[in-house]
Amino acid sequence: MKNNKTLKYAIIKTLPILTGFLFMGISYGIYATSKGLPFYIPILTSIFMEAGSMEFVGVNLLTSAFNPLNCIFITLMVNARHIFYGLTMLNIYTKENLGEKHYRFHKLHLIFGLCDETFSINYQNTVKEGIDKSKFIKYVSTLNHIYWITGCTIGALFGSFIKFNTLGIDFVMTALFVVIFINQFKESKSKYPGFIGIIVTVACLLIFPKDYFLIPSFIIIIVILVIFKNKLRKGETE
Amino acid sequence: MNTIEQLISIAIMALVTFFTRAFSFIIFPNSKKLPKIIIYLQEVLPYAIFGLLIVYCLKDVSIIEGSHGLPELIAIILVALIYIRFKNSLVAIFIGTISYMLLVQVIFK
Repeated sequence: MKNNKTLKYAIIKTLPILTGFLFMGISYGIYATSKGLPFYIPILTSIFMEAGSMEFVGVNLLTSAFNPLNCIFITLMVNARHIFYGLTMLNIYTKENLGEKHYRFHKLHLIFGLCDETFSINYQNTVKEGIDKSKFIKYVSTLNHIYWITGCTIGALFGSFIKFNTLGIDFVMTALFVVIFINQFKESKSKYPGFIGIIVTVACLLIFPKDYFLIPSFIIIIVILVIFKNKLRKGETE
Repeated sequence: MNTIEQLISIAIMALVTFFTRAFSFIIFPNSKKLPKIIIYLQEVLPYAIFGLLIVYCLKDVSIIEGSHGLPELIAIILVALIYIRFKNSLVAIFIGTISYMLLVQVIFK
């Protein structure tokens, strides 16, 4: 059955994320409860936010004085990069890719689940032969969300019982991004954009406070990409 | 904060997060007629974004103190070499991660 083959393929593709999310989620659950938050808080954030780094920052917000404006501002700062994920996914979340059936619902659900890791798999507009693209995109998004909820729940409920040393396990995300970067390097006509991304971000990390360096990074990267458009683009777009 | 305030705060963070993800879809409702500059950015931005994400993952690494970023450097080179040589992403990621954990837990303690 095509469905099973696609689901199996989606599970294989998301295995690194399963590992990363299980341990990041468990860390987050332990961290949140260690700060005095009740067990259901990390479970709720994992279901309704699905935004790893922002959920960690959220622990600080939730253990300080109630300040809704601060919540809005900080969430915007930390999650601003998702605006640019949406830009790429404009092409992917289409009726052609997702199918007519319940299109609006699926599109909203996929937008909701657009975290770094789901973006890192679904940003490509092609899948292996024999794979149902529409189902694959949805499976990946849903599986990642399930992994995340599972990790956070385990951490919130059982964190104190986990014995072995998991230090460094979150490197799995860095490794995943390195692999994808290498793929992008191989497939891109111009090799520069990737290195522009690295160099600009490093520069911004050195210049700006650590909490706020991503937005300037994105802005400068986009400005440079646009200025050098003629040297960088693959070919005529129209 | 009491429980109600916490729940409101979570709702705010969830809504703002969703808003950042939906933003581009709101600004460009017709994905068929995107401005040329946006089509161009869709081509080149992902490649640049992954460069940014790698740096983002490493943002807490210090070159001056502690292990000076050596475990990260070694593990990243390992991931890259294994992936380029064997073309298997899972193997490269898992071996790289296990090596990194060994490095930070045992060698660079």
